[in-house]
Amino acid sequence: MVRVRLWGSLAAAIGGQTEIEVEAGTLRELLDTLARDYPALQPQLERGVSVAIDGVIYNDDWFTPIRPDSEVVLLARLKGG
Amino acid sequence: MSRIHVTTTINGEAAEFLCDAGETLLDVLRDRLGLTGSKEGCGTGDCGACSVVLDGRLVCACLVLGAEAEGRTVGTIEGMTTGEALHPLQRKFLEHAALQCGICTPGFLVAAKALLERTPDPTEEEARYWLAGNLCRCTGYDKIIRAVLDAAAEMREAH
Amino acid sequence: MALDSKTEARKFKIVGTRPLRPDGIDKVTGRARFGADMSAPGMLVGLILRSPHPHARIRSIDTTRAESMEGVHAVVTRADFPAFVEDEALADVLDNCMAGEKALYDGHAVAAVAATSGAVARAALKLIEVEYELLAHVTDVDEAMRPDAPALHEDRADETVPAGMSDNVMARHEFGHGDIDAGFAKADRVLERSYRTEATHQGYIEPHACLATFGSDGQADLWCCTQGHYMVRNTCAAILGMEQGRLRVTASEIGGGFGGKTTVFLEPVALMLSKKAGRPVKMVMGRAEVFRATGPTASSSIDVRIGMAKDGRITAGFAELRYQGGAYPGSPVDMGSMSAFAPYDLEHVKTVGWDVVTNRPKQAAYRAPGAPMAAFAVESAIDELARELGLDPLEVRLKNAAREGTRASYGPTFPAIGLEATLRKAKDHPHWSAPLGPNQGRGVACGFWFNFGGDTCVSLNITPDGTVTVSEGNPDIGGSRASMSMMAAEELGIPYEKVRTIIADTGALGQNDVTDGSRVTFAVGLATIEAARAAKREMCKRAARIWEIEEDAVVWEDGAARPAGPNAGKHPPMSLAEIAAVATNTGGPIAGHCEVNAEGAGVSFATHMVDTEVDPETGAVKILRYTVFQDAGKAVHPAYVEGQFQGGAVQGIGWALNEEYIYGEDGRLQNAGFLDYRIPVASDLPMIDTVILEIPNPGHPYGVRGVGETSIVPPLAAVANAVSHAAGVRLTHLPISPPRLLAAIGAK
Repeated sequence: MVRVRLWGSLAAAIGGQTEIEVEAGTLRELLDTLARDYPALQPQLERGVSVAIDGVIYNDDWFTPIRPDSEVVLLARLKGG
Repeated sequence: MSRIHVTTTINGEAAEFLCDAGETLLDVLRDRLGLTGSKEGCGTGDCGACSVVLDGRLVCACLVLGAEAEGRTVGTIEGMTTGEALHPLQRKFLEHAALQCGICTPGFLVAAKALLERTPDPTEEEARYWLAGNLCRCTGYDKIIRAVLDAAAEMREAH
Repeated sequence: MALDSKTEARKFKIVGTRPLRPDGIDKVTGRARFGADMSAPGMLVGLILRSPHPHARIRSIDTTRAESMEGVHAVVTRADFPAFVEDEALADVLDNCMAGEKALYDGHAVAAVAATSGAVARAALKLIEVEYELLAHVTDVDEAMRPDAPALHEDRADETVPAGMSDNVMARHEFGHGDIDAGFAKADRVLERSYRTEATHQGYIEPHACLATFGSDGQADLWCCTQGHYMVRNTCAAILGMEQGRLRVTASEIGGGFGGKTTVFLEPVALMLSKKAGRPVKMVMGRAEVFRATGPTASSSIDVRIGMAKDGRITAGFAELRYQGGAYPGSPVDMGSMSAFAPYDLEHVKTVGWDVVTNRPKQAAYRAPGAPMAAFAVESAIDELARELGLDPLEVRLKNAAREGTRASYGPTFPAIGLEATLRKAKDHPHWSAPLGPNQGRGVACGFWFNFGGDTCVSLNITPDGTVTVSEGNPDIGGSRASMSMMAAEELGIPYEKVRTIIADTGALGQNDVTDGSRVTFAVGLATIEAARAAKREMCKRAARIWEIEEDAVVWEDGAARPAGPNAGKHPPMSLAEIAAVATNTGGPIAGHCEVNAEGAGVSFATHMVDTEVDPETGAVKILRYTVFQDAGKAVHPAYVEGQFQGGAVQGIGWALNEEYIYGEDGRLQNAGFLDYRIPVASDLPMIDTVILEIPNPGHPYGVRGVGETSIVPPLAAVANAVSHAAGVRLTHLPISPPRLLAAIGAK
C-alpha cells in the first residue's frame, strides 16, 4: 500500500482525510484507484493534478513507478508562465 | 484617394515611394519598402522600438508622416552595418548579451548610435537618460547600458 | 522520464562559458523576423471590433453594411465558429477570442473584418452595428465576491465553493498541514495584515501578430509570435473544428512573452477570416488592444496571519488569498496559495485561495503566475514581525528556511534546494552591510518557484561535413538556442560553433509543450543531451563496424570514437567529422533524437536585496542598489542566466512601484498605453547585481534548474520592505506610486 497525502481541497472532498492508503505500483494505477475508490475526487482528477513522488513532481507519465515507501503527494495541477 | 509621391534618401541610397497622406514613416518603411527592422511596439512614441534618424535627429518613425521624408535623409537599423562589419555597438550588444528577445534591439542601437555621435564619452547616467525613451522588458537595461558604455570606450580608442 | 537520477560531477568545457548567440547577428541588424514582419502575396489586413462596454448582452450584430463595402473580403463573428466546444477551458478561450452571448469586459472582441488595407478595414469596423443590452459590472476582486455583486456567469463554480457565495467565486483551494491554532498559541507575537496588489501586464514590447493562410483543401498555415506554436496548433484546431495535422504553425521570432503568449487571441480569428476570404490574412494588435484585451495577471487581496516566537521561529502561518483573473475562471490563486509559504519550514501552515471572476480581460500567465503577490504579502509580514521583535530579517529567514527534507507548505518533501545558500550569500555580501543615508531603506525578501518539464522533442542531425543541426520545438525568447547548442557541443565534444540550433515548425517534430514554467533549458536541454547521446551511440557503432570490433568496445571521448581499451585493438580515434564523411557507406545518415515527457524539474529559490530612497516631498521612490541571489542549478550560459535574474527583478520593481491597471467607475480601462501604464525605463534604475548559486538539480544530467520565473517573486516584497523602512510607514498596497506613498506618509 502507498500512502498518499492530499492537499486541503481534496481532503475536504472526502471528509477531511489528509492521507489515504492506495494499492498502486505506478502513477496510472494510483490515479485509477483514486478515481474508483473516491468518486468525490473525480472532478478534481478530471481537471488535472500533479503528483509529487519523493519530492519530484510528475505530470502525466502513467508508468512512473511508485515504491511502497515512496512519499506521494497530490498537488493542484501546476502551470507556468 | 490619391497618393503622395515622395523622393528621399534612406541609409545613403536614393529611394522613392507612394504613400497615403496619413501614413506614418514607420508604415512606409515596413510595409512599402520592406525595411522591417524598425518595429512598432506602441504607435504612440512611447517605446522607441521604431527609432530612426531623420536628417541627423533621432525620432520615432511612428510619429513622423511618410510624406515628411521628402527631400530628407533617413537612417534605419538596416543602414548600421558597413558591408560585413558590424558597428561596434552591434558587436558589443552581442558580446554583453544585451538582448534577450531582441524586439527592442534595433531601436536601442539606433538611439545609442545617435547618443555616441553627440556624446562620445557618456556617463552611465547620461546613457540611461538618453535611452529612457526606449523600452526593454527583458533585460532590466543592465547589460544594454554596459554594452553602450563599452562600445563608446572602444570607439574613443579607435579615434 | 527522468534520464539520469544522479547529476554527473563533471568538468564542463563549454557549459558555463559565454559564447555569442546564434540568432545574434539577425537581431542586431534588423533582419530577424518577428510576428508582424511576415507578409504574403494577396494578403489582407484583419482588424477586430471590440466592445466599449465592460458587461453587455449582445442582442444582435449586423454586418451587412461592412460586408458590402468595397475592399472588404470577410467579416467574422462568433456565429462563424463551431457552436459547441466540449472542453470548458477551450470554450473559454474561444469566447475570449470572440464574444458569444455577452461582452464581458472593455475590449472584448465582438467581430472582425479582413480588407485590402488597414484603412479600409478600419472604415469597415465602423459599419458593423452591434446592439448591446448594458449590464451592471464589477472590476474589483473584493466587490465581486459580495453575494449581491453583478454576476458574469451562472453556475460555473466548481464543487469546492460553499453554497451562498457570489456567483463570481469559481473555486476554493486549500493547502497546508499541522494545526495553525496550536501554532498561533505558541507565538510570542501574532501579526495580522491585509495586502493588495493591482493587475499588471507582462508588457512584452512586441504586440501579438499573425499571418494565416487557409486553403480551400482544408489545410492551413499560420505564422505567429507565440511561446508555443504546438499549443497554438492544438488550440486553433480544436476551436475551428479541424484536425491538428492539417494546421501547420511556424513560430516567428518572439518579442517577449513572460507568460502572456501562452494562449491565443488573434490566431483563430485570422484563420477564420482567411478561410472565409480565401486569401492570406495578417493581423497585428495595437498597443491599446494589447492592454485592453490580452492577459494581464490577476489583481489580489490577501490577508496574512503569522505567529512568531521571540527568537524568530515562525510558529504558524495562515493566508487567505483572493485573486480576480478577469472574466473567466482560472486565476493563478492556486499557485499563489501553494507558493506563499514555500520558502519556510513550518510545522503549522494553511492557505486558502479564492478564484474570482470580474469584468476584466481574461488573465494570462505572467512569470511565476500567482507567486509574486503571495510572496509580497508573506514576506512583508515576516519583515514587520522581525522588526517588531528586534531581529535581523535575514537571520529570521535563515532560522525558518526550508532545507533538504523539509515538508513543503504545499505538500512534498524538498530534495536538495538552495534557499539557505542564497540567504547565507546575501548575509555575507557587502551590500548587506553598506551604510544607508537619510530617507533610505534596505529590504530583503525570498521567493520560490516550482519549475516545470513536460513534452519535448529534439532531433539532432549530423551533416555530411561533420557539423551538427539541432531542431527543437520551443520558441527562443531569451537565448535558449545558444544554450541548446552549448549542451549539444558539450555532449558531443565538438566546438560550439559546429552546432546550429533552430526552432522547427509543427510539421517537423512531435508535440512540444509551451515555452513556459522555466522549462526550456531544463527540458529541451535534457532532450538535447539525450539526442546527442543517441547520436554518439550510433557513431560508436559505425566506428566499431569500420574497425571490425564489438560495439561495446568503442567509447566516445573528446569528440571522437576510440577503442575502449587495449583489448579493443589499436585504432586511431575517428572524429565526428570523419565518421560523418563515410556515413553513406556505413549505414546511412546519422542522427539522434529524443521524445520525452521530461520530469524531474527542480524547484528554485532566490533572495533579493534592495536599497531605496524616498522623496518625502513628492512620494517618488528611487532604486539605489539591487542584488539578486538565486540558485540556477547549473548556469549553462551565465550571461543569459544573469539576464533572467535582472529582467525578473526589474519587472518586479515595476509591479512594486508603478504598474497597475486602472479602471474607471464606467468599467473602462483608463491607461491602455505605455505613457500611462509606466514600465521601468533605463533612467529609473541602477545596475542590477547578480550572484549565481549552483546547487545541482538531481533531475537533470548537468544539474540545470529553470531560472526564468523565480526572479520576479521576491522583488515586490523586497521593494515594499525597503520603502517601508525608508518612509517609516508600512506599505501594504502595490504599486507604491507617488500618490499612494504620499498618502501613507501623510497618514503616519
